[in-house]
Amino acid sequence: MQETGAEVEISNLSVSYQRNRETVAALSGVSFRVEAGTTCAVIGPSGCGKSTLLYVLAGLIRPQDGQSLINGRETQPGRRETSLILQDYGLLPWKTVWHNTILGLVIRREAAAAIRAAGEQVLRQMGLWEMRHRYPAQLSGGQRQRVAIARSLAMRPDLLLMDEPFSSLDALTRESLQEALLDILQGGGLTVILVTHSIEEAAYLGRRIVVLTPHPGRVTAVLENPRAGDKHYRQTEQFFRLCRNLRRILEGVYHTGTNEYTARSASTRRNAGR
Amino acid sequence: MPSSPARFDRRHPAGQILIKAAAVCSLFLAWHLLSLALNSPALPTPAGAFAAFFNQLPDGLGHDFLISTWRVVASIIISLFLGVPTGLWLGTDERFDRFFAPLIYLTYPIPKIVFLPLVMVLLGLGDVSKIFLITLVVFFQILMTTRDAARHVNKAMVLSVSSLGAGRLDIYRHVIWPAVLPEVLTALRIGSGTAIAVLFFSESIASREGLGYYLMDAWSRYAYAEMFAGIIAMGALGYLLYLCLDWLEKAACPWKQV
Repeated sequence: MQETGAEVEISNLSVSYQRNRETVAALSGVSFRVEAGTTCAVIGPSGCGKSTLLYVLAGLIRPQDGQSLINGRETQPGRRETSLILQDYGLLPWKTVWHNTILGLVIRREAAAAIRAAGEQVLRQMGLWEMRHRYPAQLSGGQRQRVAIARSLAMRPDLLLMDEPFSSLDALTRESLQEALLDILQGGGLTVILVTHSIEEAAYLGRRIVVLTPHPGRVTAVLENPRAGDKHYRQTEQFFRLCRNLRRILEGVYHTGTNEYTARSASTRRNAGR
Repeated sequence: MPSSPARFDRRHPAGQILIKAAAVCSLFLAWHLLSLALNSPALPTPAGAFAAFFNQLPDGLGHDFLISTWRVVASIIISLFLGVPTGLWLGTDERFDRFFAPLIYLTYPIPKIVFLPLVMVLLGLGDVSKIFLITLVVFFQILMTTRDAARHVNKAMVLSVSSLGAGRLDIYRHVIWPAVLPEVLTALRIGSGTAIAVLFFSESIASREGLGYYLMDAWSRYAYAEMFAGIIAMGALGYLLYLCLDWLEKAACPWKQV
């Protein structure tokens, strides 16, 4: 892992794509910052362009307008220190846990000894070493997602992009994986941008929470959440207050689909952390 | 509830062998009974047919069996080498697919066997014309299956591997090829049956070698036991091909077994 984590700055980002000969705007004028070594949760309803945002940061989609900067440099496809984790299908069903984990390193044509060492280290870290010969079909949902995380960590990233990584898991597995993620982040040196539709997940993990409106995706609120990352935070009154606050903002987004809460975002930003 | 150790377990390897043996026995029993009921030299008993098969093996049947096997296997290998890369290419490159799709759509439904007279005129009566015709049939099946499988490879999977820095060749190697491999093997299995049917037809006309020739020759001489020996040889060829493909699937797609 890199020393400090990547600093991400998105300014005035707009992305549209063609569907049935129509131009559909996925993101419009999206701007926010993520400081190095922190976790940012992006939340919003379906169609708010959350995934598109990650694909832009991973260099898989080129924006029509605006900029996305990682450590002050324009996002490039194939940036070695950026790693993307998807909700499903991130793992290849024909590769064992071991071969899935080292896939990125094999693609980078790293030396065999380095691949072996990195693979073993992350699999042990994620508690998967004993399962290295199994195929994804032989794993539970939680174990599969652990492999996906292991594969990302093996690449020694400074920016981890997660697209609804825990959404298909049951509540207890989800919580245990969220805690596993916090353990990884304790080591420092990793910036995480996590896209989610779960209010609790955004509140538990996101030091900064960005709320998007749908069709097209626009930033409607940015909330600061300084206690995120504390494992006991989930049981505190402050956590529940933040969840209620987020719910109100999202309900507004669902019902009006507009920027009704933009005006409130400044006060939300001030109050959220208290 | 603990199961009794004496109970028959069909998942156990011994149980599976027992089921297979029972299936074979009932097939032979039905054949035997039918033969007795018809009481015609045209349908010998299984024992008579197999006796003729083993008698005939060193006496020309073995040679024809090898000739036919060579023709089918060569056709299947050529079809694979032509069909798989073309299918992968068309399935992943929309521009080329748009151009070739109507062409394939027009030519695929034509029964290729109707070209037999033309192929014999152009390529002669030997191996080449037969291999060409079988290849023509099997190639299209493999091409269509590979193209459709490549088209339907999960985009999220491609995206996820792309995000690891994979180039086009890496995507083919790690995602598209393993994703289409089981489909290709299924197409081969279906194709091998068709290949033997086309082989029989092409060998039965103006031919001096091969199982098709052997069978039709025996038929024209009213040598029914020999005819059945030829039928058993054809069946054995199909079965051997099927076993090989089964083994290939187990070896090449271990994730399918879990």
